[in-house]
Amino acid sequence: MTASMISLDSSASAKTSDNRLTNAKSGSCKSSSCGSTAKPDDMDPVTWEKIKDHPCYSEEAHHYFARMHVAVAPACNIQCNYCNRKYDCANESRPGVVSEKLTPEQALRKVISVANEVPQLSVVGIAGPGDACYDWNRTKATFEKVAAEIPDIKLCISTNGLALPDHVDELASMNVDHVTITINMVDPQIGARIYPWVFYNHRRYTGIEGAEILHKRQMLGLEMLAARGILVKVNSVMIPGVNDEHLIEVNRWVKERGAFLHNVMPLISDPAHGTYYGLTGQRAPRAIELKVLQGRLQNGAKLMRHCRQCRADAVGLLGEDRGKEFTLDHIPDAASYDERNRAAYREVVARERGNHAAAKSEAIEMVKAAGPDGSLHVAVATKGGGRINEHFGHAKEFQIYEASPTGIAFVGHRKVEQYCRGGWGDDATLDSVIVALEGIDIVLCAKIGDCPKKRLADAGIRAMDCYTYEYIETAISVVYAAEFGVDPLTGTA
Amino acid sequence: MAFKIIASQCTQCGACEFECPSGAIELKGENYVIDPKKCTECEGAFDTQQCASVCPVPKTCVPA
Ligand code: SF4
Ligand code: SF4
Ligand code: SF4
Ligand code: SF4
Repeated sequence: MTASMISLDSSASAKTSDNRLTNAKSGSCKSSSCGSTAKPDDMDPVTWEKIKDHPCYSEEAHHYFARMHVAVAPACNIQCNYCNRKYDCANESRPGVVSEKLTPEQALRKVISVANEVPQLSVVGIAGPGDACYDWNRTKATFEKVAAEIPDIKLCISTNGLALPDHVDELASMNVDHVTITINMVDPQIGARIYPWVFYNHRRYTGIEGAEILHKRQMLGLEMLAARGILVKVNSVMIPGVNDEHLIEVNRWVKERGAFLHNVMPLISDPAHGTYYGLTGQRAPRAIELKVLQGRLQNGAKLMRHCRQCRADAVGLLGEDRGKEFTLDHIPDAASYDERNRAAYREVVARERGNHAAAKSEAIEMVKAAGPDGSLHVAVATKGGGRINEHFGHAKEFQIYEASPTGIAFVGHRKVEQYCRGGWGDDATLDSVIVALEGIDIVLCAKIGDCPKKRLADAGIRAMDCYTYEYIETAISVVYAAEFGVDPLTGTA
Repeated sequence: MAFKIIASQCTQCGACEFECPSGAIELKGENYVIDPKKCTECEGAFDTQQCASVCPVPKTCVPA
């Protein structure tokens, strides 16, 4: 229990970069781990280099780095039954929805403003609405402008795959080293229930014929990317009764063709969104169904569990969306990039994540040593940095960890309505938070009031705020050891 | 003969603009519009009208 107490939170919000460096230096640093990286043992160094600062590709990086999406490519060449491209609403939060479509010039201005204000920024992505590969001229112009101004930023696209094979070479030459393809089927019979039509070679194809074309192009694109060493994440939308069982086969196919990560996301269907699925009553999967399916896919391509299904103009760390702060009317007309904030932050992170990795493996060893039959579900309130540093009442989501004899694993996140607004909490909201925390044994947060603490206890959930600023895994291991009756010190040798 | 865009339906995605073989579609202010003098209904270029085939909203690119 000697985790250093510097807070990345304070470094990220420090006003000047000098300040930030001082903050970082004042923290204690374990000489044994300083400068080490957190590369998992089973990953080759080239791949690690590509993903280590990418919040969506590395579970570890999502604690430290932020992404932003720019919506520059609204045209699309297929129709998905879960998408209604007519619908856009400022209160809506789901992928593909965006309030402001940008020209490449406006996108550059936005990226520069965010890079100046959000030092955690490491990735700029184009993720709908529309298809980045189909609407290629705008995608390309945006990437070229951003790369010219901020060369170290990672560029990332999401695509339905239909036009992807036409642009793989250009993607490779622009140093795009991450591509997300949404693949919901490998059987066109099933595809026909998801895609009413595709537009290809100047024609609209419907039904199985359309799905067949899409399938072939997706597989071709995936293989071409893998052959060039570009990392591919496959997103699949889980649609109960349509492709849920089938995703096991999808997982096998994409893994065989070199996909690096497979991310299964729940269908979002609400009649109010006006999508085909929303209007026909197609239901979304329940959280437990998604978890069971993910469990069955575990042996295929590596699974991603930290996707937040972000809006197409999301800005910030995963789990937060500061997009509203950076709409066009909030950013300067002419912004120039100042690299100091990002450079200083990266230095802090390089040091900090070494410490975090060491603390994490120590904690995992401790849990493993604690005995054969414990199991604990822990919900953590965090603002990032891998630490417990968010108040219970301010959390908009909890990160969920499972501690068991196999170690400590991040298993997902649960969104909640923020309970405390301006100093007072509202009972109905607290009720909804408690429902969202179903099955959780312990909540770890930076602070919690007596009243919500008691309400949680009545629901069988213990909330603790005595591990503020600790690393998440360290705190979990201590709680776990106490729970299952072992002396924490035996595990730390 | 020419096609036209029903402005109230259009999402401004711009797909029709870059599919049109005649360069007949342009963003004018807030709306995409088809120049009837340039539109050929894709005659001689493609079997189907490209704007209508790519448009995500039914009955938005229609005969004028
Ligand atoms: S590919 Fe994206 S933009 Fe196109 S229809 Fe599907 S979800 Fe909508
Ligand atoms: S939608 Fe998922 S993969 Fe894309 S930026 Fe958000 S978390 Fe990452
Ligand atoms: S019908 Fe053909 S030529 Fe006329 S506007 Fe549409 S795409 Fe252009
Ligand atoms: S394709 Fe349809 S929705 Fe898109 S800009 Fe043209 S008319 Fe509007």
